[in-house]
Amino acid sequence: MTFDEEYFNIGYLDRLSYRDTVVHRLDPRGKVIATMIFVITVISYPKYEVIPLVPFFIFPVLLITLSDTPFKFVLKKMLIVSPFAVFIGIFNPLFDTRAVTLADGVLISAGWISFLSLLIKFTLTTSSALLLIATTSFPGICTALQRLGVPAPFTSQLFFLYRYIFVLMEEAMRIVRARDLRSFGSRGTDIKVFVRLIGILFVRTVERAERIYNAMLSRGFRGHIPSMRQLRFTISDAIFVFLTIAFLSALRFFNITEMIGRFVQELAV
Amino acid sequence: MHMADALLSPAVGATFWAGTLGTIAYCSKKLKENLDEKLIPLMGVLGAFIFAAQMINFTIPVTGSSGHLGGGLILAIILGPYAAFLVMASVLTVQALFFADGGLLALGCNIWNMGIYPCFIAYPLIYKPLTKNSTSNGRILFASLLSAVIGLQLGAFSVVIQTLLSGKSELPFGTFLLLMQPIHLGIGIVEGIVTAGVISYVRTVRPELLESIPASRPLAAGISLKNVLVTFVILAAITGGALSWFASTFPDGLEWSIEKVYGKAELPEQEHGITAVLKGFQEKTAFLPDYTFKKSENEAKQEEAAPSWPGVDTGTSLSGILGAVIVLGVIMIIGVSIRAIRRNKS
Repeated sequence: MTFDEEYFNIGYLDRLSYRDTVVHRLDPRGKVIATMIFVITVISYPKYEVIPLVPFFIFPVLLITLSDTPFKFVLKKMLIVSPFAVFIGIFNPLFDTRAVTLADGVLISAGWISFLSLLIKFTLTTSSALLLIATTSFPGICTALQRLGVPAPFTSQLFFLYRYIFVLMEEAMRIVRARDLRSFGSRGTDIKVFVRLIGILFVRTVERAERIYNAMLSRGFRGHIPSMRQLRFTISDAIFVFLTIAFLSALRFFNITEMIGRFVQELAV
Repeated sequence: MHMADALLSPAVGATFWAGTLGTIAYCSKKLKENLDEKLIPLMGVLGAFIFAAQMINFTIPVTGSSGHLGGGLILAIILGPYAAFLVMASVLTVQALFFADGGLLALGCNIWNMGIYPCFIAYPLIYKPLTKNSTSNGRILFASLLSAVIGLQLGAFSVVIQTLLSGKSELPFGTFLLLMQPIHLGIGIVEGIVTAGVISYVRTVRPELLESIPASRPLAAGISLKNVLVTFVILAAITGGALSWFASTFPDGLEWSIEKVYGKAELPEQEHGITAVLKGFQEKTAFLPDYTFKKSENEAKQEEAAPSWPGVDTGTSLSGILGAVIVLGVIMIIGVSIRAIRRNKS
């Protein structure tokens, strides 16, 4: 599989998001809020913190297992987008070479610690975004955003965008296939042909938008998309959000990892 | 050039989210004022078009590497700044969610970097005055080349600024700048050529298409508030940037400004009431560690050795590592057993 196919296989995520598990059944609003708080909590740690970040892995692990999301899929997606963060982070060990003592006689440069902290934060934040969408249908997220106060023109066209990604991507795939069949080596992949192809795609897109609009008008469209789906924020959603916040703040205020480590050390002595 | 969550501090992320959300609200209001129902489906489908266009790659003449279309400028030319900004914001939202490109906190920064600059600076201030509705291909090429390059340079520069303000990376300002700007010069040139090419192509093949769309947007005509908005955006960037710069990079900067106000470096202390409670809470959380106004003697000393590696004490870090191993083990056991239980059930 090429990079592009990996990057664009959003159809699989879409199918995942319509499954029916404990996590999928939670209200999208609760999940959006919980994910946001999770990301902010993780990011709030100073750059040399590694140890207190470890317990946060419980969140992605619980979500992956409870929602039956394939672990390898999430991992692969994260690897694809990792270059930028890794590229910027790898300079930390180069520029920050102050030595710190790790354990008796084990020295390490501070830059490696901040790099490790960065990688952990990257893993936690990217996986939380992916898991949010893998467990929540996109229309659900659009409705949630609208209920949370995001203006309607934005959410309606976000909804449209999602609907037509699949259609237009298939169109683009057909164009690419046709080009590849007619070109040899690097012929036909130059910028001139590309501009033509995009132009054609654009013309088709606008014509399609016109047809969609007419079809919608004849079905009574008046500027916004009514939804039959009723969102219900139940007690279990409230409990979910409350537990998340409680657990996150417990982890943030107390260094639980170190407490456990010290406890075990004392037991051993 | 998607900014990543891991490189951000909460203060910087939140600042740019605030700016982005404000702009989304403003653009939505603008669209609602001259509501054209036709525009909503068109915006959505054009957003999907950007994704589809990104799937088609091409060979960049000199380097031989492959390139994609970014899309901000072409959207602004077709839809006008307000609608284009909303479409760009949703394209980036979908990228953040489905491709994990950037992340949710960094989404605010990304919309800012790739939405504001092409829609509210490059298009209205460079592209429009340069083309003046002219249909000459050379003119369109020159205008879109210049606006794409400037838009992307501003975006790349913002990534550098945001990273530095967050203080998670050790990259020196100059080095980082030298890494980012030239790469984005190349990307900008390609983006400009492609944008101009597509616009000219559509203009020759189906001229009525481009004209029918601007006709359906009275918005473009009525940008008298444009300059106000641009000024506001620049002001917000400067104040936001300057404030968080003082707060996060030079902890003394804030104290220095407090000194100006109060005549001494410390705020008059309030030992009782809500302030004291909040202070205790803040010290405990250190959510925005550099924002703490008042520091006790010891803390201030520690700060001088900053950025300090907390608890260099060997015993502490050893128990920390031990704890980390145990916690990870427990998490893995939890994960594996839940999976096993669920498998058995089904």
